[in-house]
Amino acid sequence: MAGGRTAGGSVSASLLETRGLCRNFGALAAARDINFRLEAGARHALIGPNGAGKTTFVNLLTGVIQPTSGTVLLKGRDITGVVQAERVKLGIARTFQINRLFRRLSVLENVYVAVAERVGAAPSMLRPAGKRRDVVEESMHLLEILKMTDDASRRVSELSYGRQRLVELAIALGLRPEVLLLDEPAAGVPSAESHIILDAIDGLPRHIGVLIIDHDMDVVFRFAERITVMVSGSVFASGSPGEIAADPDVRAVYLGGAGHA
Amino acid sequence: MTPPAPGVAVHPAALALARRHRLRAWEPIPWILALAFYFAFPKHLGFGTEVLVTILFAISLDLVLGYAGIVTLGHAAFFGVGAYTVGILAKHGIWNEPVTGLLLAALVAAVVGLGSGLVLLRTQGLTLLMLTLCTMALLEEAANLGHAYTGGFDGLDSLPIAPLLGVLEFNPLYPTTQYLYVLAVLFLCFVLVRTVVYSPFGQSLRGIRENMLRMHAVGAPVRARLVTCYTLSAAIAGIAGGIWAQANAYVNLGTLGLDRAATVLIILVLGGHGRLYGAFVGAAAYMAISHFLSKIYPTAWQLGLGLLLVVIALFARNGILGLGEAAWRAVGRRGAA
Amino acid sequence: MIFGSDVASMLLGGVAAGMVLFIVSVGLSVTMGLMGFVNLAHGGFAMLGGYAIVLAMKHGGLGFVPALAFGFLATAAVSVVLERLLYARLYGAAELDQVLFTIGLVFVMIASVTLLFGPETRPLPLPPMLQGQLDLGIVVYRTYSVVLIVVGIVIVVGLWLGFERTRMGAQIRAAVDNRRMAESLGINIGRLFTVTFAFGSGMAALGGGLGAEFLGLDPQYALKYLVYFLIVVAVGGLGRVTGVFCAALLIGVLDFVLKKYVPQGGTLFIYALTILLLLWRPQGLFGGKAT
Repeated sequence: MAGGRTAGGSVSASLLETRGLCRNFGALAAARDINFRLEAGARHALIGPNGAGKTTFVNLLTGVIQPTSGTVLLKGRDITGVVQAERVKLGIARTFQINRLFRRLSVLENVYVAVAERVGAAPSMLRPAGKRRDVVEESMHLLEILKMTDDASRRVSELSYGRQRLVELAIALGLRPEVLLLDEPAAGVPSAESHIILDAIDGLPRHIGVLIIDHDMDVVFRFAERITVMVSGSVFASGSPGEIAADPDVRAVYLGGAGHA
Repeated sequence: MTPPAPGVAVHPAALALARRHRLRAWEPIPWILALAFYFAFPKHLGFGTEVLVTILFAISLDLVLGYAGIVTLGHAAFFGVGAYTVGILAKHGIWNEPVTGLLLAALVAAVVGLGSGLVLLRTQGLTLLMLTLCTMALLEEAANLGHAYTGGFDGLDSLPIAPLLGVLEFNPLYPTTQYLYVLAVLFLCFVLVRTVVYSPFGQSLRGIRENMLRMHAVGAPVRARLVTCYTLSAAIAGIAGGIWAQANAYVNLGTLGLDRAATVLIILVLGGHGRLYGAFVGAAAYMAISHFLSKIYPTAWQLGLGLLLVVIALFARNGILGLGEAAWRAVGRRGAA
Repeated sequence: MIFGSDVASMLLGGVAAGMVLFIVSVGLSVTMGLMGFVNLAHGGFAMLGGYAIVLAMKHGGLGFVPALAFGFLATAAVSVVLERLLYARLYGAAELDQVLFTIGLVFVMIASVTLLFGPETRPLPLPPMLQGQLDLGIVVYRTYSVVLIVVGIVIVVGLWLGFERTRMGAQIRAAVDNRRMAESLGINIGRLFTVTFAFGSGMAALGGGLGAEFLGLDPQYALKYLVYFLIVVAVGGLGRVTGVFCAALLIGVLDFVLKKYVPQGGTLFIYALTILLLLWRPQGLFGGKAT
């Protein structure tokens, strides 16, 4: 984490911003009036107890679901009505809490699919996939960065869970995102393997704005330069890790129960 | 393991991907066998033609089922549409030139595939299964009702198909023309499907098969891809149906039925789906056994087939080719996987 | 008045057919809803049950009702063995594997029955009491159809009570709605499914026997009516007893009426309607959300 911290204060147009975001499922308000900003190059963590609406929030940001009211802005542009596939092209990528990988394809193919989609190679029907050297090389390069070249030709289903989590990350990076949403990146990874993931997150390019959604306070306090706490669908508190750790309300609602920090 | 500074592009995985589409040494074998069959079994060319048509139909199904992962019980709809296109045009004296007739069959089947695909491929799982089944049943019933055009239950026979290229007659007793014609069409369609399967488009179909949600998350237009694939597959199934009608000079309701749809599914899975050559192995094995066994004892054949399906579903999900690959890996430990 | 009695007799015929559809399909609906298992062999269990019932009456000298009970139990027993030995291996497997497995199973059932009992249609030897006509006031109708309707109503009420009022029923409903939640509550899904599967297959056997009188009974029965059973389940919604009941009545009456007035296009209309309905509501007419 060389280069020191970026300024915590907000600039005119944030990288990603939500204003008054609400989403109801029937009578249940899964998101209430969320005002949130993610700055360029940020290392931001979103925490909160189970059922706080974190996953709903990610789904709202990525366009999987539409808000009941409120807006989502990407670099000042209103993208509330933009569908998921288009948001990916605009630079919002995510990983999943539970692996969603192409299990019977090789690691290289997994990344290839993402890169091919980004560079617009995927619709091509009459050229061999392997002739897109640019796509193959970029995919290999990504695997190299993540120190996964040894696994490149193995089927994803043959990898250990921790290394599968890395493929999750590789696919997302293949989309060259400006906003990267990591949904519990180390969830389910045995502690012996978790350093693989943590090191990889450490090494993420500095220009990407990263939002980590997690329970694991070790992960959160290791990476986050800013923390937002969600409770029952709304933003409960937001601040630097120090402020959040010292906030008695947060401790009462959340940290106290988790027994960390 | 890896050398300190490996050129990324020469990594074995990258090389394997870059060379995946290249012709392998054994790939000419099925075609050589098909030609050898022509000379070795001149009395069985009718049967041989049937096998080749079935391979073509199974390949069209492999594209949607084996690569895109769409489980359909209604693929015979497109076979039937192709067959009826050729049959109706020929019987009513509108068009009987075989090659252009096939193109028309492909076109009509593609239109039906596109139309139904746009509507049906919104759904998944059991609903999609039911919808493909009902669509096929609907078409079968429509063909049954449209006596004036389709001949209803009896179908259309003695189709006056013009000689191939203006010279080669389709002789029902000595189907030499049929056999070579079907072989040539099969070859062309196979080359097309093989190309598509190894393209980036084919790669994205595999992605959809493996994890549709993730494909959405990498920004792929999943439904458009599926509809494209479905339409292409429908066109090829239409060609298979059309050429079947031309080779047999008749068309009947059976071209549209659940029996045919289930049989082609069984054949493909028996050979190994998502493997391109599974259609060849499955069709040859299935039809050879049924050809000889079902004539002697049809019920025993059904019993054997049922048991075989149960065993495949439980223990050999990748079919004969899958078993072969596993054996090859076990023996050699150098198989090209 | 003549018109009224026409309508009444048509309704009775359709409702009777719908009852049979319901009795056969209800088990399919619950097992598919519970395990998400695409069981194309369900019609095979109805066929096996029908044979057990007909043969028990003809050769075993059993009366109609004891024969029905025998058919129910025999088929349920066979289905438990198959479920434990084979079906259970494919829970959570790909749809394609389930489809192939159950098609294979149907073939084995059809071929076995053909080998053992021959391919010809088996008539259901109705006891004299159930033959003939019954005067219902507004209309004189076949006694058997009226009995079918009564039996169907008794069964649907019984099932509904079982579903709504018993612990087991509550467990099934919970598991259909949210399997993971049900599991985390300590419900033994495996055992629940075995019991439901056996019961559903037994019901199919009852339907196979009861319906043999007008659907006919031969080895091909297993596949001949499969599309209808599937349509009823798809329209009614997975795992919904009352949904399946309404759908079965709807399809039964519609089929009866259409066959009478539009003998040419009736089936076409039902397929078209099913397609439109499934596009409009993929979870079925009566199915809620299923996640």
